[in-house]
Amino acid sequence: MAGAGKAGVLRLAPALTLALLTLPVLAGISGTLVPAFASDFKGLRALFHWQGLPAALLLSVGTGVLATVLSLGLTLLLVASLYGTRAFGALQHLLAPLLSVPHAAAALGLAFLIAPSGWIARLLSPWATGWQVPPDLLILNDPYGIALTLGLVAKEVPFLLLMALAALPQTDATRRLAVAQSLGAGRIIGFVIGVLPALYAQLRLPVYAVLAYAMTSVEMAMILGPTLPHTLSAQVVIWMADATLVHRATAAAGATLQLVTVAGVLLAWRLSEIVLRAGLIRLAGRGTRGRVLDAPARVLAASAGALVAAALIIGLAGLALWSVAGLWSFPDALPQSLSLSTWARAAPDLTDTATQTLRIAAVATLAALILVLACLEAERRFALAPGTRALWVLYLPLVLPQVAFLPGLQVVSLKLGADGHWIAVACAHLVFVLPYVFLSLAPSHRAWDGRIGSAAAALGATPARIFWRLRLPMLLRPVLTAAAIGMAVSIGQYLPTLLIGGGRIETLTTEAVALSSGGNRRLIGAYALLQMLLPALGFALALGLPAVIFRNRRGMGATT
Amino acid sequence: MTKSLRLANLTITRRGKPLVALDLTVQPGEVLTIMGASGSGKSTALAAILGTLGRDFTQTGRIFLGDTDITDTPTHLRRVGLLFQDDVLFPHLSVGGNLAFAIPPSLKGRAARMDLITSALNSADLTGFANRDPATLSGGQRARVALMRTLLARPCALLLDEPFSRLDTALRAQIRSFVLTRIRNEGLATILVTHDAEDAIAAAGHVISPLGAPLVP
Repeated sequence: MAGAGKAGVLRLAPALTLALLTLPVLAGISGTLVPAFASDFKGLRALFHWQGLPAALLLSVGTGVLATVLSLGLTLLLVASLYGTRAFGALQHLLAPLLSVPHAAAALGLAFLIAPSGWIARLLSPWATGWQVPPDLLILNDPYGIALTLGLVAKEVPFLLLMALAALPQTDATRRLAVAQSLGAGRIIGFVIGVLPALYAQLRLPVYAVLAYAMTSVEMAMILGPTLPHTLSAQVVIWMADATLVHRATAAAGATLQLVTVAGVLLAWRLSEIVLRAGLIRLAGRGTRGRVLDAPARVLAASAGALVAAALIIGLAGLALWSVAGLWSFPDALPQSLSLSTWARAAPDLTDTATQTLRIAAVATLAALILVLACLEAERRFALAPGTRALWVLYLPLVLPQVAFLPGLQVVSLKLGADGHWIAVACAHLVFVLPYVFLSLAPSHRAWDGRIGSAAAALGATPARIFWRLRLPMLLRPVLTAAAIGMAVSIGQYLPTLLIGGGRIETLTTEAVALSSGGNRRLIGAYALLQMLLPALGFALALGLPAVIFRNRRGMGATT
Repeated sequence: MTKSLRLANLTITRRGKPLVALDLTVQPGEVLTIMGASGSGKSTALAAILGTLGRDFTQTGRIFLGDTDITDTPTHLRRVGLLFQDDVLFPHLSVGGNLAFAIPPSLKGRAARMDLITSALNSADLTGFANRDPATLSGGQRARVALMRTLLARPCALLLDEPFSRLDTALRAQIRSFVLTRIRNEGLATILVTHDAEDAIAAAGHVISPLGAPLVP
């Protein structure tokens, strides 16, 4: 039979995909561990001689854990007090655009907002502060990492909220909340006791991913984080980037320490889950009602949620304004004139960089889509049941710190002679794009009405024809959304581009981060704005195309 | 191209519990009715004949279409047609697109395929509906499109899975007589699964339980 060969390939798709996720990670980790321990522990000894180590480590753990606690807390508060209300609906519409903003662009926007010469200081000067020149304050890059923590929270709340929204329908939240409240509990307590345990079980892996990311983020730490010392992950990248290569072993040792630290903190987090769970059960047994919590919680959730969204949006508006600003001196709130000269001057570079960015993103996303669709097709046609272990593998590249395995992967790509080529960068991006594409597409694919397939098969349609003519077109909306998410993830990648590209591949993200240490706000604004606009364009297409294609098909409405 | 449909000692069990035990032949043009309460294995029998039975079922016996053993044939090669409880029209295709999907690819030529669609629509009182969105049709119109789609695939036998139960009472008798008349005209061996005694009476054939016991509707 002609289809047998293809079906055979399809059967291999899940194994191939798991290998593509695990092999680079394992190769990278061993590539990191070996130099850290090689030549008589040279790297480890150099690391422990570095005086900044305790402070850097404390900063990494402190900002990471605090940012995760705040992000998770705010997410749960928003869900508990606003789920099902009109305000929540409005928030939901903001989510996708906010989520598509790359970390670097969000950090740069926030930096423009809170810097001593930023928008907030300008709005308050000179009438309230008396400042005629930007004050010499270390608000940005503050030594305690407060700016970094806030930046992480602003970026992770949308992510956790989206994950929570996807999980909530499976927890029967609406009815459980109604039952808890009819038994006399307040909304918050009703949520904590009735919904949270089921919700958290689904949210656990995303939370671990946030925790690992927040402790080890490089681009946000470079833009918002302290500099004396840097966070450990930022310092590792600085060592890696050293042209003399003398710090290679130290960098590997730092990455190893980072890996151990993340593992330790994840373990501690898991233990506190168990303790908190016991506390929750006791709380429920005591019959706590907690109705007094509801009103203040609602105010807190609404204002904190609005603050996070506003900080991101106003910061990004600031980026846009700077990119077209003429003369804009302190403490003016608005530029004296607008001009397109920044864009005109940077246009050739911007075009080249944007083309490179899109090329890498397109290849990585297309490869991820093909693999994910093949996996899901195999799952459906051969009635495979993916276990929780497969889900863990999917989260592996997201939970393991990038800085712990990318340096090793760079060594591997050097040995293969593949470093510095854009295809190699796209392959590295695939490791991070694939999990998001899978997580975004799998629920819609699995929810597809199987009777359509039976009806079509009974009409004589082959499995391939059912896929191309029925399943794929019917899933157009989720497929395009997954593609837009994949593009956004790829466009936002900093460390894989920097390391696997060997510094020779310039994308909008690496350029924006590289510019951030300099003072050219207009140029930073232009790069960051473009970095933000490309993913937004992708999401607009993902929403718009199906609406146009299915404009005469009421049964294909935007319900999924 | 009509053939008899023979179930030779077809049994299906799930975790040791017998759901289906049938040994019978349905002649061309005959409508056999399997009746039973929901969960009694009626739809399981259809899934086995169609080849879409889930893995947690155990099946023994053979299924013949005419002289051909189709027990291990993939669904799309069996030439057994199916009408669901819901019409299961493809929501992203027009009415004409739904019908075109069913016409075998061996029939070449755009004009010839269009002719077939037009005459199918005409014969179902749906003249001019080819470009309509299925979601804008009434329940009765959708049911008729679903039947025409099934017939255009040129099945050798037909399975009806409670195809009238979702229609309101006034419409049900009308659609039922439309479907049964078409089936008899085509001379298809048909198995109807239902829990409605009126369906069984209208089908005017043998009535049995999923475990093969004769019933009087």
